[in-house]
Amino acid sequence: MQKMTIVVHSGDLDKFMSALIIGNGVLAMGGQATLYFTFWGLERLVKGKLEKAPLSRMNFFGLGSLMMRRKMKKMGVASPRRLIDDFRALGGKVIACEMTMEMLGISSADLDTSLIDTFGAVGMYVKETETSDKTLFI
Amino acid sequence: MQPDIQPDLIVDVVGETCPIPLVEMRKAVLKSQKGQIIEVKGNHLPSSKEIPMAVDSLGLRLLRVDENPNGDGIWHIYIQIS
Repeated sequence: MQKMTIVVHSGDLDKFMSALIIGNGVLAMGGQATLYFTFWGLERLVKGKLEKAPLSRMNFFGLGSLMMRRKMKKMGVASPRRLIDDFRALGGKVIACEMTMEMLGISSADLDTSLIDTFGAVGMYVKETETSDKTLFI
Repeated sequence: MQPDIQPDLIVDVVGETCPIPLVEMRKAVLKSQKGQIIEVKGNHLPSSKEIPMAVDSLGLRLLRVDENPNGDGIWHIYIQIS
């Protein structure tokens, strides 16, 4: 059984969705997966901000993101909420980076703790990768 | 005409795109028991290629893939828990 650890560094919709889709794919195919949310990625775990992600390109002050989300909905692409819920339902692990929390002034009360399994810093990421076959940085 | 397969569970992912068909297939596998048959039906074409890959990775038995038997663009994949 393969294990993958993904560093979710970007909070942009397109990149964050890629991390969620790959994570779900690994779990669906019988592997284990951990998502380590850090820097701008951590912003997606702030209460009410899961779906409020900008695009990495052609965001146009949020208009691009809105159009992309509408198109995704029309095409039947799962929302970030559904993807993260599925990820956790299939046994995926979500780690929130404590160092980023300190740096960006985010407290655990600001985060949607229903999406998070554990809090940790680089040591926890390194521990995760010790037992991982693959690691991605998105 | 191939003989009918009687599934124990049907997973309907018509209208869903990657990775939901895989995810829903996995959820169904987790709640099924050895010997049981799952039918997954959907219309997202890439998923019809990916589910057999997942079946292989999970060590399950792929019974049959019907690509578009009724002409409605819906594929049917039959999996047995082994």
